[in-house]
Amino acid sequence: MELLLNSPILGIILSVFTFQIGILIFRRINFMLLHPFIISVLLIIPILLIFNIPLGSYMIGGDLITFFLGPATVVLAIPLYNEIKTLKKHYIPILVSVITGSTIAIVSVILIGQILNLSPALIVTLIPKSITNPIGIELSKQLGGDPAITVASIVFTGLLGAIVASFTCRWLGIKNPMAIGLALGTSAHAMGTSRALELGETEGAMAGLAIGLAGLATVLLAPIFVHWLM
Amino acid sequence: MKILLQLSFLLSLWLIGELISQTWHLPIPGNVLGMVFLFFLLSFKLIKTEQLKEISDFLLGNLAFFFVPYGVGLLSVTGVLRGNWWQILLIVFVTTVLVIGVTGLTAQFLARERGK
Repeated sequence: MELLLNSPILGIILSVFTFQIGILIFRRINFMLLHPFIISVLLIIPILLIFNIPLGSYMIGGDLITFFLGPATVVLAIPLYNEIKTLKKHYIPILVSVITGSTIAIVSVILIGQILNLSPALIVTLIPKSITNPIGIELSKQLGGDPAITVASIVFTGLLGAIVASFTCRWLGIKNPMAIGLALGTSAHAMGTSRALELGETEGAMAGLAIGLAGLATVLLAPIFVHWLM
Repeated sequence: MKILLQLSFLLSLWLIGELISQTWHLPIPGNVLGMVFLFFLLSFKLIKTEQLKEISDFLLGNLAFFFVPYGVGLLSVTGVLRGNWWQILLIVFVTTVLVIGVTGLTAQFLARERGK
């Protein structure tokens, strides 16, 4: 048992097996709330709690898994390159929609946070929630937020964005694959992108592009709106 | 060996991006800069997408899986969020739907206008 708790084996096999169970269930019931990611997390958490396994032991393997998000972000250049024609033709809609979306993300968090009477420290902590983890953590620190809660809000936003994107787009009549991809990447960073890749290659490429653009736009715009509105 | 070489190539681009990002204190993380470098390498035909096919299929095909530990990590913040959890849920829900809607509608509208 000691051996298991100090090795990456535990985290890896728990993640892989529960995710595979998730895939088997998702294949039968194609419902976003039963996405393999959600099933995997909802199976692992009770297992850790029941067997009294410290989160740190799970994370020895977990860190090895999340490490792959680094090269995965780099390789998003490939779907983007495959969509280079869309990129050249539509660079203005792409830039304008991502910048508008990022602005709305910042302003809506500040305004709703103020209506709900949240502390300024908590509001700035939540501002980076739509952007990718490495950028979000830095921005949170810069604005005087709590990076640990920022990471949690980023993960939660990504999860929720991936779940609600299809419903929201159908509801609002957003059918253009480029628009769907940009919406997913701007609102839900790489988790939204993983969902976008399931929808199609154009969606995936545009979401991947939006991760970088939205991250950059948010870093540049957030300090201005914080200064202005808070 | 092929897939390991491909992986190491991507890791090298990440590393270069990280070094540049840290040296000049850029707000863009190293892996996003790495994505930009790879995009230029592909655009200038210095590298072909086929040369990275196996690693690209592996990484992009399992993207959702690589997030699982982050999801499990939410467990560690439940204590901190206790006092404000419903406000945070509400903000995340409302703003996420709003951002998806605004971004998607703007992109679709502008693309249609220019297409005419």
